Amino acid sequence: MSRPSLEAHSVVAPSRRSKSIAAVIVVAYALVSVIPLVWILLTAFKSAPDSIAYPPKIAFHPSLDGFCNLFHAHSRQPAEYIDAMPPARSVCDRLARERHMVISGPSNFAPRFLNSVIISFGSTVLSLLLGVTAAYAFSRFRVPGKNDLLFFILSTRMMPPIAVAIPIYLMYRELGLTDTRLGMILLYTAVNVSLAVWLLKGFIDEIPREYEEAALVDGYTRLQAFRKVVLPQAATGIVATAIFCLIFSWNEYAFAVLLTSGDAQTAPPFIPIIIGEGGQDWPAVAAGTTLFLVPILAFTLLLRRNLLRGITFGAVRK
Amino acid sequence: MKRLRGLSDRAIAWLFVTPTMLLLLAINIFPLAWTVRLSFTNYRANRPNAPVRDVGLHNYSSVLTDPDVWQAMQVTAHFLFWTLLLQTLLGFTLAYLLDRKFRGHGFWTTVILVPMMLSPAVVGNFWTFLYQPQTGLWNYAAEYLTGVPASSFSMIGSVKLAPWAIIIVDTWMWTPYVMLICLAGLRSIPDHIYEAAEVDRASRWRQFCTITLPMALPFIMLAVLFRAIENFKMFDMVNLLTDGGPGSTTELASITLKREAFEKWRTGYSSAFAIILFVTVFGLANIYVKALNRVKSR
Repeated sequence: MSRPSLEAHSVVAPSRRSKSIAAVIVVAYALVSVIPLVWILLTAFKSAPDSIAYPPKIAFHPSLDGFCNLFHAHSRQPAEYIDAMPPARSVCDRLARERHMVISGPSNFAPRFLNSVIISFGSTVLSLLLGVTAAYAFSRFRVPGKNDLLFFILSTRMMPPIAVAIPIYLMYRELGLTDTRLGMILLYTAVNVSLAVWLLKGFIDEIPREYEEAALVDGYTRLQAFRKVVLPQAATGIVATAIFCLIFSWNEYAFAVLLTSGDAQTAPPFIPIIIGEGGQDWPAVAAGTTLFLVPILAFTLLLRRNLLRGITFGAVRK
Repeated sequence: MKRLRGLSDRAIAWLFVTPTMLLLLAINIFPLAWTVRLSFTNYRANRPNAPVRDVGLHNYSSVLTDPDVWQAMQVTAHFLFWTLLLQTLLGFTLAYLLDRKFRGHGFWTTVILVPMMLSPAVVGNFWTFLYQPQTGLWNYAAEYLTGVPASSFSMIGSVKLAPWAIIIVDTWMWTPYVMLICLAGLRSIPDHIYEAAEVDRASRWRQFCTITLPMALPFIMLAVLFRAIENFKMFDMVNLLTDGGPGSTTELASITLKREAFEKWRTGYSSAFAIILFVTVFGLANIYVKALNRVKSR
């Protein structure tokens, strides 16, 4: 959609004036809509008092308090105890002592973040494996009841997560999969595979059959033709699909909050419950949110061309 | 087509489709069947050893006659109506303006798209901070612009304003989605149609009503339907922003379901509720797929 259209705009080209009016309104909307994101970034670098100052502070002394509190657990100690300690070894150590605290260990953020990484990548790889093979079969072969199966696959994604979570909760309890990474990977794979099949089928449909047929004539088996001809041709589509699966698993909250509590908990249910002294520690929450959002921003830029396709299950293809 | 070695196409088709189907059977169909079974019992997940009794259709009748459920449905309907209306109006307007192709429109499209890619839970949670009455940015902005004292109202704490608090966040997140699809719709209209209208001296307004709107309509419908399905099952953002409160003014169907299933542990009852929601979404999904196919054939 970012590609300029090639057709000549003769009589119907918008006038200069209508273009500038459009530009002003769109830019104004865009600027207002990024305010919350800018505020997250600013808050991440504020000290606790600055973060809740009134009127809200736009200019402030940047502080690493948020990031330090995000990664470390603290305990309050009497002044004599802190004075008797050896000199501070890190910035976070020094910042903590200024508040009469000492670092008592790492916080849970790093393991939760790691869980997010493992579960998102694990489920993405699995969804792609299942998705690309099923999509190929649906695209090239006569599968009995194809349209019904495709509709069934799509409809699984439409189910309300809380409704699905009730039996999954019971099933995982029986199978010992509650609060395990494997359980979450399987669950996210089941949700993502529907998108993967639909998107990849669209991409594979666009690869001319003649390529494989030529390979078959050259003595390749069907499987070899799939591996050596179709997969490389579908590479862009596979990457785009992978990013969509990653983003879904990365952002998912409902299943994560209901089915995990510790070992396999991902970042989304964890970040909102970061508590400091006297309530929510907003700079730490903002710091965690910032670190959590940065990969998605990068992925969104990578996806620009295929974004529309992904969000419409492959229906709109520009 | 000759094949001298390797598996037959038929075998490969089965080999390729079966794993996906097995996974969906295990993680979607089997649990769904289990939910149906539980919906006819008085089972409670927090008392796995208590005797389970068949109660027939009792759960269904009590869900459908429960005033809390109807209250949740009303809240959901209010949320759906306003989010769909606002997102369609804003999204279409933005798409229409972006279609003027002013300088830098590609860059600004990307900027506008960002909110919809982010985690609704994590970002929704941060909005509670923006909405704080004493220190929040929005209340300050409201005081600065209108003179209403910032601490005199609370978007999340007030019965009147809380439903709008969630509508605003959802509109902020998902207007870009509607915009992107509308933009594709507008770009799919060939220029020669406008040129012909121009030759016929049709006014701009007439062109808008007879060409632009009808030709973009399937795309708008697609976006609205998808948003309707997504917002009907909305959970994450609202759970963190208001958790259904104050009182039950923002308690959407999913939040009520969460309370029944995972706080009150009325598993049988909530299974029946879940099945009723399933059927509703399934109906919407059916319409959605028909709309998809209509857009695809364009």
